[in-house]
Amino acid sequence: MIIRGRVLLVGDDVDTDAIIPARYLVTTDPVELGRHCLEGLDPGFPGRIRPGDIIVAGKNFGCGSSREHAVLALKGAGIACVVAESFARIFFRNAVNLGFPVLECPELKGIREGDRIVVDLEKGEVTGDDGGSSWKASPLPPFILEILEAGGLIPWAKRRSHGA
Amino acid sequence: MTLAEAIIARHAGRPVEAGEFVEVPVDFVLANDITAPLAIEAFRELGRDKVFDPARVALVPDHFTPNKDVRSAEQCRVVRGFAREQGLHYFEVGRGGIEHVLLPERGLVLPGEIVVGGDSHTCTYGALGAFATGMGSTDIGYTMATGRTWLRVPRTIRVELTGELPRWVMGKDLILHLIGLLGTSGANWCAFEFGGEIGALPLDDRLTAANMAVEAGATAGLFPPDNEVLGYLEGRAAREFDPVYPDPDARYAEVIEVDLGALRPLVALPHSPANVVPVDGLERTPIDQVVIGSCTNGRWRDLLVAAEVLRGRKVHPGVRCIVIPGTQELHLRAVREGLAEVFLSAGAVLSTPTCGPCLGGHMGVLGAGERCVSTTNRNFRGRMGHPESEVYLANPAVAAASAVLGRIASPEELSRREG
Repeated sequence: MIIRGRVLLVGDDVDTDAIIPARYLVTTDPVELGRHCLEGLDPGFPGRIRPGDIIVAGKNFGCGSSREHAVLALKGAGIACVVAESFARIFFRNAVNLGFPVLECPELKGIREGDRIVVDLEKGEVTGDDGGSSWKASPLPPFILEILEAGGLIPWAKRRSHGA
Repeated sequence: MTLAEAIIARHAGRPVEAGEFVEVPVDFVLANDITAPLAIEAFRELGRDKVFDPARVALVPDHFTPNKDVRSAEQCRVVRGFAREQGLHYFEVGRGGIEHVLLPERGLVLPGEIVVGGDSHTCTYGALGAFATGMGSTDIGYTMATGRTWLRVPRTIRVELTGELPRWVMGKDLILHLIGLLGTSGANWCAFEFGGEIGALPLDDRLTAANMAVEAGATAGLFPPDNEVLGYLEGRAAREFDPVYPDPDARYAEVIEVDLGALRPLVALPHSPANVVPVDGLERTPIDQVVIGSCTNGRWRDLLVAAEVLRGRKVHPGVRCIVIPGTQELHLRAVREGLAEVFLSAGAVLSTPTCGPCLGGHMGVLGAGERCVSTTNRNFRGRMGHPESEVYLANPAVAAASAVLGRIASPEELSRREG
């Protein structure tokens, strides 16, 4: 799975209340949630997102509540992938379960807002679009990649029960 | 094996090691009015007609209940309909409460079990010796259908307790101390295992400590079930259970020693639960609101301690004080045992159980620039309302003393000033 896109930068400890404030949890519609994506961090953020953008984050992205609406908001806003130094456990699970690509890349340094990068989930590698710089990431375990490639936990489970 | 490993191993049917992925059967699964609608969608998408075992599934409407608006009412309608259709445990407004206060009270989550919940504070049940952890809705939908889940066996951080709790120091201060020490991701993919002199912590305090394990990123926060827990569950447990304990030669990723006797009441400053300082030194911080309640501190001892501070005193004219017992049963007990009168005559509001203000839902949302001392669990920017509002996390004694003085205060300072 290879994803190319423009970088939107955020910092450490971006919590789920920042990704989607609780007042919007009266719907499960990704498009509506997406209109408020990362509004808790900066009210202007949703307006800066272009479909296909990649969020590059610091440590502990997605900490806090278990709300899957956080992943739905990112998907609904058109974010293609999140690359972070580290993820909070529940957010990471939710992303995988909804087939939303996430990659942990502790070494990612020197990336700027607006840079274009290429994320290779299988190899566990991030490279600059110019082909110049590249960073090693923690490759996803085969079990997780299998779920991601199926499009999430539910399609994966359906495929498994039909195959069996 | 550690307590977490031992519980997972029993379910997996083989020894396990920290770091590995395992698939296990689940003993109990729950969701609330925010997370259940998506879990139900996931369940339907799987194409199953029936949940794996209706006696082992609970749906608890508690976040935006009593329904705060039309859209939350619609979400609850979906949850209620599904619970009826499937014959699940369902706790209607007026007969239920906040999930993590309610389910232990009903004996539905038990020692040695694996419990997964569509709520990050599901880790609360670790206080009873269950391996309990929060997950997202898709995970919950999958488990409702199959009775199974996948786990990454967490590394275990052992917390060795010694000493006695000083007056006005509570389980909240123990867990704030640990979060302050480790940071909000210091225990990511780890479980806390509390040991040593756990008898010094009343069960309600253990539930608070386990509840906020997730605020350090932990998967779970576990206490071995001692006689206090087994006694509490007598005549209450909804099923037979078999407690699990850690092996004496268990290997821990880290050991942290905490002398309870050396703890002070602590406060987590905005905007992180890890931003922890002693309450002393914050006297110049005026406040607008106090919230006493939530899945963290809405239990009997919490109400009792708050009432002890508020008895015969008045809430400061500049403060709104909102007290929220965690369940209907606790609310009724507060009425019967005179606590309701203490709160109401002090000028506090006594609310029916709801998560409402904790996540800025309703029943105490903050405006721009407003400051709240709260016994809840998170103080992220905007958590309780306006992005420019501030939340200070504290134990119920500190919250009640602050309500009286109109600024952050310890109960000791309150007594000193009046003495």
